[in-house]
Amino acid sequence: MKITVCIGSSCHIKGSRQVVEQLQTLIREYGLGDKVELAGTFCMGKCDQGVCVTIDDTFFSVAPDDAKEFFVENVLSKVAR
Amino acid sequence: MRKFDTKVQYLKYKVLREVARHAWDDTLLDSIFEIPKTIVPGNTPTMRCCVYKERAILGDRVKLAMGGDKSNPNVIEVIETACDECPMGGYEVTNACRGCLAHRCEDVCRFGALTFDENHVAHIDKTKCKECGACSRVCPYTAIISRKRPCENACKVKAITMNEDLSARIDNSKCIECGACVYQCPFGAITDKSYILDVIDIIKKSKTENFKVFAVVAPSISSQFTYARLGQVVKGLKELGFHTVVEAALGADMVAFAESKELAEKGFLTSSCCPAFVSYIEKTFPDMKQFVSHNLSPMAAIAKYIKEHEAPCRVVFIGPCTAKKAEVQKKEVSRYVDAAMTFEELQALFDSKDIDIMTLGEDVLDNASYFGRIFARSGGLSDAVCQGLKEHGITDFEYKPFACDGIEACRTALFKKSKNMLDANFIEGMACVGGCIGGAGCLTHGEKNKAEVDKYGKEAYEKTISDAIALLK
Repeated sequence: MKITVCIGSSCHIKGSRQVVEQLQTLIREYGLGDKVELAGTFCMGKCDQGVCVTIDDTFFSVAPDDAKEFFVENVLSKVAR
Repeated sequence: MRKFDTKVQYLKYKVLREVARHAWDDTLLDSIFEIPKTIVPGNTPTMRCCVYKERAILGDRVKLAMGGDKSNPNVIEVIETACDECPMGGYEVTNACRGCLAHRCEDVCRFGALTFDENHVAHIDKTKCKECGACSRVCPYTAIISRKRPCENACKVKAITMNEDLSARIDNSKCIECGACVYQCPFGAITDKSYILDVIDIIKKSKTENFKVFAVVAPSISSQFTYARLGQVVKGLKELGFHTVVEAALGADMVAFAESKELAEKGFLTSSCCPAFVSYIEKTFPDMKQFVSHNLSPMAAIAKYIKEHEAPCRVVFIGPCTAKKAEVQKKEVSRYVDAAMTFEELQALFDSKDIDIMTLGEDVLDNASYFGRIFARSGGLSDAVCQGLKEHGITDFEYKPFACDGIEACRTALFKKSKNMLDANFIEGMACVGGCIGGAGCLTHGEKNKAEVDKYGKEAYEKTISDAIALLK
């Protein structure tokens, strides 16, 4: 699984670093380092929906406060299976 | 609305704009010979002796806008037809000399070069004069002036001499491509080659060949396009066809972080950010070359990251600098940066597409920290390296930076260091006075530019270098 977080200007000021840092911590906590790849990209072209995140090709809008919830729902549940 | 410092820049801009306009429409080849007429219509000359000379020179300008002489490796070129062959006699006594009694000029001259005629008027014996200028400084009537060509005066590396026909000549073995002469020549006879056709080509191909084009902009942009807002410039870049805009200052954060570590390990470094400064060391202080930081420049560092993470893509650098155009041709940089252009050229590109940035909404630009952003002005890099040392937790290294801007200051610092007379272990060198904000490719140069850069620095979302580069890991 590949999670890509937008680190472009618009998402950056909406908190993409906080999203990335939380995801990094969660991936480490759950020991998913070998199953989940975390990457950054500059701009997905949906700046108004930031922080923009994709899991493989599926798009999500993730606010820093919702990062954990996003991880549990969309990452953990799928990888755990 | 004032877009340029001088009419020379405005003329250059008009040529670039017309060339770009036709390049977008694929009509350039058919209209190359029409462009001079578009810019100088009618029969009344406005700049030179006749419209035919004006158009002949414009023809040469069109050529430079299209990349210039491919056989000349220098990105700075003399337009021989445009060179006014200014007098270059050195110090001369003008008719303001009143034949006074004091003769301060005679007393101050250590070479006995001053003589007086029967009317007591001073004359300078050229065989004795060493061009020190002392007489000129003491004359109460400012009657002694230096007839030095503006280009020669601007060129602190002494790369400009003259041809047999009196036109200016650039010695490529000395020239560091800083562009000082380009900005100073009042006739616009020295110009930087333009690669806007490459940029237009890249943008056009991105649509058909499906790759992204990244604009990497230098932090000195904060002092440019002052008639609009920075967010509108970013929006304008996207309108031009760039996928997105990334701050070169983020590369500066990466550089500051790596360079501070390198400095603590090696004990002495000179900075590698300014390509003209690096070139100056290579050409004039070859023994110091070993001390040049091994880090890529901020532009190349961020472009490397983009190339490695965003393939397929192309990267275009936009800044105040003519020397960057040479840097991107270097083997170790050309794979990361596909083309470099100046703010002047960006203005021409906007207008070639009739993009009036003042009418656009505002986009955002925020990738870097305060420290990456202040690289644009002299002293910023030194501050950032200091911060880098702190963030690395390096405390057992006594940091002694020395920031120099302008080639004369750089020369003094390098000379002293080479003789072990400079108490510094980090030399920040910027070829332009004031740092990048003094670059030849800026639209405007003003007193407030440094303050603008600092203000822009403080507006950065990230306050530390580590936080700014955290996203890149």
